Formats: sequence, structure tokens, C-alpha cells
Amino acid sequence: MGKMISFALNGNKMAVEVKDHWTLLHLLREELGLLGTKEGCGSGECGACTVIVDGMAVNSCLFPGLEIAEKDVVTIEGLTSPDGTLHPLQKSFVENGGIQCGYCTPGMIMSAKALLDESPNATEEEIKHSLAGNICRCTGYVQIIDSIKSISEGGVEEVHVVAWKNKEKDE
Amino acid sequence: MKQFAYLVPRSLDEAISFHEAHGDRAKYVAGGTDVLVKIKEGKILPDYLISLKHILGQDRPLLNQETGELYIGSFVTHRMIEKSAIVRIHYPILHDAIRNIGSVQIRNVATIGGNLVNAVPSADGAIPLITLDATANIQGPKGERSVDLARFFLGPGLCDLERSEILIEIVVPPLLLRTGSAYIKFGRREAMELPMLGVGVLLSLGESSVTCVKARICLGVAAPTPIRALEAEAFLVGKPIDGGTLEKAGKIAAKESRVRDSIRGVAWYRREMVGVLVKRMGLKCMERIKKLAQ
Ligand SMILES: Cc1cc2nc3c(=O)[nH]c(=O)nc-3n(C[C@H](O)[C@H](O)[C@H](O)COP(=O)(O)OP(=O)(O)OC[C@H]3O[C@@H](n4cnc5c(N)ncnc54)[C@H](O)[C@@H]3O)c2cc1C
Ligand code: FES
Ligand code: FES
Repeated sequence: MGKMISFALNGNKMAVEVKDHWTLLHLLREELGLLGTKEGCGSGECGACTVIVDGMAVNSCLFPGLEIAEKDVVTIEGLTSPDGTLHPLQKSFVENGGIQCGYCTPGMIMSAKALLDESPNATEEEIKHSLAGNICRCTGYVQIIDSIKSISEGGVEEVHVVAWKNKEKDE
Repeated sequence: MKQFAYLVPRSLDEAISFHEAHGDRAKYVAGGTDVLVKIKEGKILPDYLISLKHILGQDRPLLNQETGELYIGSFVTHRMIEKSAIVRIHYPILHDAIRNIGSVQIRNVATIGGNLVNAVPSADGAIPLITLDATANIQGPKGERSVDLARFFLGPGLCDLERSEILIEIVVPPLLLRTGSAYIKFGRREAMELPMLGVGVLLSLGESSVTCVKARICLGVAAPTPIRALEAEAFLVGKPIDGGTLEKAGKIAAKESRVRDSIRGVAWYRREMVGVLVKRMGLKCMERIKKLAQ
């Protein structure tokens, strides 16, 4: 069984047929060919599959594909400009040694982006709390946290990380 | 992965009628962080998933200013509770528990209703809500009913829901003056870990701010369901609260616990830790009462 749904993927409106049992991860990788988003555990534990839906970081491996109808989905592919310029977070990961094998990197960067969009000057504590669901087997995390801190401590104006507004607000 | 049809009802009545139509072949799904994992592992094989995500009205914590009751819709995500200023300030025990459930990614989609209906002995949402004397409102084919959350859990993975019934909201009664509450999820790691123990304590003090007028102690992973340490609670009421009385209460609670050996911890250690953590959470309640008074 499948249904036609429309949603925005990295800013582009599109309509696709989605089978009822597909996860968002399956849709992205197997149907749309976007291989930036990784599958690690497939069960919510590792964060390699993290993407941003309506401003919120989610595990795409557990996200029902049909639930993205009328929503904004941002994946790691959406961060790089069409001319190839890296997003400041990507650049910072490269410059600070936040990447070794790179398998966790797309998920790490998407989690970090969701955090910084919401609180651009996040503290180290907030960064650690927000990355608790992203496992890295290589770096030991220090360089990853440094990569994010160098943005959160660097001031917002220069880096334009505020792209997506979170819908839900505290009452 | 097993194929299923994904149904998207727009109202509670519609959801219930879908479920009645498909019976055991259907499963409700809210955040799906439990349902989808189980489907992937082949532990459950539903032909229909009935999404509760598009039913409006049960979607945020709300304080009724007149009655002092806090309403938490069942489909509220952990993240919304974590970010609620009302919860952080007035119900810190719930904030303590929710902010450490899974990860941001999990909390962004997982719901409080799903956490309770799962009914695992380690459910971090259950302990603070029982400590707060919450009730659960339920709607089903036969209409609406309420049940004390303390009686909602019947066994591991088993709760007081009849077929097709939906848990619709949690109601927390008004707090007494001079009340403090705190929860600790105790495990080997800081994050992404199911607790070895979950301990929630609530204390209300009389006008002198010394004598205890109400005590609640609730333990998770200390029995097949969340339990209250009733004897330890009764021991505290009427007594002045200090490190000494809390230590004694902790020892009583430890005796009341029915901890077992498991891969996450051995029984004797867990029992010992019930005592330690009840005292520690009691002291935190006292700190919080002092802070509120300032
Ligand atoms: C990586 C990971 C980490 C986790 N960490 C924790 C943790 O630290 N602490 C913890 O307590 N839990 C944890 N969990 C378990 C789970 O995520 C939570 O219990 C969560 O709150 C479940 O909510 P959900 O909305 O995703 O439930 P779902 O998966 O949608 O549903 C769970 C069950 O409840 C039923 N259901 C859901 N809502 C209703 C309703 N309103 N009425 C009737 N039935 C309903 C469903 O049919 C299903 O049986 C974790 C899970 C994962 C995958
Ligand atoms: S692949 Fe989704 S969390 Fe591991
Ligand atoms: S860089 Fe290899 S897992 Fe993180």
C-alpha cells in the first residue's frame, strides 16, 4: 500500500509515493538515493540516521515515512550550498578534527544544527546533553564537542546557522 | 521489515473505531519509538498501525489556574514536557525524569502516553507521575473512565487498558504548599541507559517548614511494576525531616523493595542503593522547598 504525500526536502517541495511501512530512512536512502544519512543500529540507539524534521532532530530509522507529509525535512545534503560551499558546522568539523571514519558525522552535524538553530550560544553542557543520542566510535567526542563549541562561542551573525524555526514554543 | 497499513485517524472516536474494526491485528502508535523497534525485531507483527499523532487537543502540559490541576495530554512528547517552564518550576520531579529519557531525537517524538502504556518496570515517566498522585483518563468503546496511575500498572508490559482503549491524559492534583519533589534515574551511564533503579520522592512540610505532612516514595525497577514504599512514607509523616529521618526512611524503603538480580545490577546492591537514593532525593526535596520559599 502506498500514498502520495508532499513535503519539503532540503528546501525543495516534492511529491512522492510512500509505502505505509517505509521509514523515513528507507525513503531517503533507498528511494531518493540520498546516501548522506547513515544507518547504524536501526533502533534509535546510535543517532547515525539523524535528520531534522520541522526543526527537530529525529532518528529517521524509527520515523514513519508517511509522517513527513507537509513537513520540512533537512538532511546533511541540505547543508552544503549548491556551489559546494560547506556549512559552517561542516567546516568546523573538518578544521577541528571532528571527523575520523566519518560514519557518525552526518548524524552529529544534524544534531548539532538542530541545537544551534534553537540556542545559538549553547554551552558545553547543552552540547553534551544534545549529543547524548549520537555515538562515535572513533574520535572520543572531544574534537566533536570542540567543533561545535567553536561555532557556539563564535557568535551567530557570521555563521548563519539559524535556518529553521522550531514550531513548538514553551508556554 | 513487516509490511503494515498506516492509518491516520483525526479524532479519538475514529481511532477507537479503527481499532475495533481490526482487533488484534491493529496496534496504536504514537511516537513509535517502542512500536517500530518491536516491529523491526519481529516481536510484534501488526497488519495495521493506527497513528495517534494527528488527534488534536491532547498535545501539551496545561495548568488549570482555577483548580490547580496539571493536565498532560497523552500525546505530549517528552521534549515538550522537558521544555515546559511550568513543569520545570513546579513539578521538578517530572523534569528530572523526562530530560534523561533516551536522547533528544527520542524525546522529540516519544510520548508520555506511550511511555506509560509500555508499562516496563523501568519507565522513567511512570515513577514521577505516581509520586505526584496522578490519575490517568482513558477513553474506549464503552466511554471514558479514570484510574489512579498507582493502580494502572499490572505487570511487566501489562497495564489496565481494555482492548481498543486509549490513554488520553494524565491529571496531576494540586500540590500542597511547601512541597518539594525529585527523581533520580540511577544507572551506570549518564545517558542512553535504562535505569538500574528509578527513585522518586515528594515531601510536603507543615507551616513550621520542619514537620512532614505528606510523603510519597516511588520506586522503579524495584519490582515487576512501579511501587510505592508505603511504610517508609507513613514513617516520615509527622516527623521532622532531616538527614537522620530520611536515612531511616531509606532503610525502610529498601526493605519494601523487591529488587532482583539482573544484567543491569545485582539485588543486594540495588537494595542498598534504594536506601541511599531515597535519602538523597529527600534532601533534594528539602533544598527545593527552601528555594521556593526564597
Ligand atoms: C533508544 C531508546 C532509548 C529509550 N530510552 C528510554 C528511557 O531512558 N526511559 C524510558 O522510560 N523509556 C525509554 N525508551 C522507551 C520509549 O521510547 C519510551 O517509553 C517512549 O515514551 C514510548 O513512547 P512512544 O510514543 O514512542 O510509544 P509508541 O512506540 O508509539 O507506543 C508504545 C506502546 O503504547 C501504545 N500506545 C501509545 N500511546 C498510546 C495511548 N495514548 N493509548 C493507548 N496505547 C498507546 C502503543 O500501542 C504501544 O504498545 C527508549 C527507547 C529507545 C528506542
Ligand atoms: S540508525 Fe537510527 S539511531 Fe541508529
Ligand atoms: S568518526 Fe568514526 S564513528 Fe565517529
